[in-house]
Amino acid sequence: MFTLDNISLKLEVDEKVIPILHDVNLQFEAGKMYALTGPNGSGKSSVARVAMGIYQPTGGKVFLDDEDITNLGISERARKGVGYAFQQPPRFKGMQVKDMLGYAMKYSDGFNCQVLRQIGLCPDDYSERTLDSSLSGGEMKRIEIATLLAQNPRVRIFDEPEAGIDLWSFEQLIDVIGESHREDTTTIVISHQEKILNMVDEIVLIEGGTVSMRGDRETIWPRIKESAECACKKNCRLEENLYADCPR
Amino acid sequence: MLTALDKRLLEEIADLHDEPPGAFNIRKDGKGIQRRSLEGIEIKSKDNQPGIDVIVAAGKEGSVHIPVIMTETDLNDLVYNTIDIGENADIELVAGCGIHNPGSGKAQHDGVHEIIVRKGARLRYSEKHFGEGEDGGKRVLNPKTVLKIEEGAYAELELIQIRGVDNTNRVTEAEVKAGGRLVMFERLLTDGDQEAVSDVVVKLLAEESTARIVSRSVAKGKSKQVFNPRLLAYGPGRGHVECDSIIMDQATVRSVPEIWAENAEAELVHEAAIGKIAGEQLMKLMSLGLTEEEAEEAIISGFLK
Repeated sequence: MFTLDNISLKLEVDEKVIPILHDVNLQFEAGKMYALTGPNGSGKSSVARVAMGIYQPTGGKVFLDDEDITNLGISERARKGVGYAFQQPPRFKGMQVKDMLGYAMKYSDGFNCQVLRQIGLCPDDYSERTLDSSLSGGEMKRIEIATLLAQNPRVRIFDEPEAGIDLWSFEQLIDVIGESHREDTTTIVISHQEKILNMVDEIVLIEGGTVSMRGDRETIWPRIKESAECACKKNCRLEENLYADCPR
Repeated sequence: MLTALDKRLLEEIADLHDEPPGAFNIRKDGKGIQRRSLEGIEIKSKDNQPGIDVIVAAGKEGSVHIPVIMTETDLNDLVYNTIDIGENADIELVAGCGIHNPGSGKAQHDGVHEIIVRKGARLRYSEKHFGEGEDGGKRVLNPKTVLKIEEGAYAELELIQIRGVDNTNRVTEAEVKAGGRLVMFERLLTDGDQEAVSDVVVKLLAEESTARIVSRSVAKGKSKQVFNPRLLAYGPGRGHVECDSIIMDQATVRSVPEIWAENAEAELVHEAAIGKIAGEQLMKLMSLGLTEEEAEEAIISGFLK
């Protein structure tokens, strides 16, 4: 069980303290797949970053099983089995793809370079490529996902894995996320894609920095659509995929 | 006879675990101690000054190792080497200097390499510098490489200084004739109070001459680095200069690339960047379980690879 207990988060931006999350209570069970969805700026990635330890919450606690890991840093959480595929993976001059996969496997019993094949990249072509501007955004994104697959953590968080990926690869991506999910794994996918929302066990809607709804797809989908229409009427900025029916 | 220390220094700078396979000349503490010429690759001492001439026959393929090691303190070694690569030859040349300074005095090596790459020849040249010491004595390395690349010839230079050199002033000069190509990679790491200056001047003399200069450096501690890469096109040549530095702690980096064209068909580009390690890079690697120090090391090691 991976638990975020009453999490709040405030960040200082340009000397102003901005509230990002409040009263976030989430429990993620092993063996289940979850989707976090919601409008831009609602706090989805911040939830993931609190989970990974990139952001320290201003309030609340994070538990991995019964262990309080709130005060553990990023590295310690990773070694305990929490993994995060960044929404926008950073580029590294000189570092090769195989180096990154090697680091991913250092503290786990993960897979090998063949994970590249799983996400549609030939290991022979890509393992010695450098993670710099010579790779497209889509290639970087797929390698980021391969890195999390190589790390093979107990709790894996994919932050908008579909972003920047072409349609053909997207289908493959959904397959690989689903196929690599195991009984002892918790998979959390931040996404707006209906196909991803369809494959998970539970959907969590984040709005205004907190959990506004959660439940299985059948229960929550109509409410999400209703919420989206509501947001439309308020001229909110909406996500293209999930809220495609909204008047522009 | 090589001592264990000699062998370790040779391994550091030239990746040598034993006697090199091709032609070689090993210089230790100001004197040549071992040498082997081969058919088509002659190595001989200069008559009028310290150093060697390496003469490679036309069409010859092979490798030449000319490392320098220094194991004494209060030593100033100056050497002039001339390497003449014959037409259409294909040669790997491994130079470099390793200093083990056992005392508190200065150990300094100034090496001047004049390299001629004749028509159609190919040269892969690597020069690695390394320093270490026991009693605080300075390790100083001042290499100067003067390169003439003739018509249709190719030269690839890899110049590496990773650790332990207190002061270095590197000068690289190259002239590239028609159809000639130069690729130069420079990698440098300084720490503590170390200082490094690299002056590069590449002249593209005629049509279809090209040069690519890539400099990557990491400055830590209170170290200081200065880069002055200059790319000059006198004819319709093409060239690219890229200087990229990671700056850390209280270090100083100055990068002044210059491009200069005297021909309307010339195409020259320069890029220079200095910056710290990005937080997102550290966090990505830490999210894989690496500590912050391990992540930093991984980023630097990749950057300088």
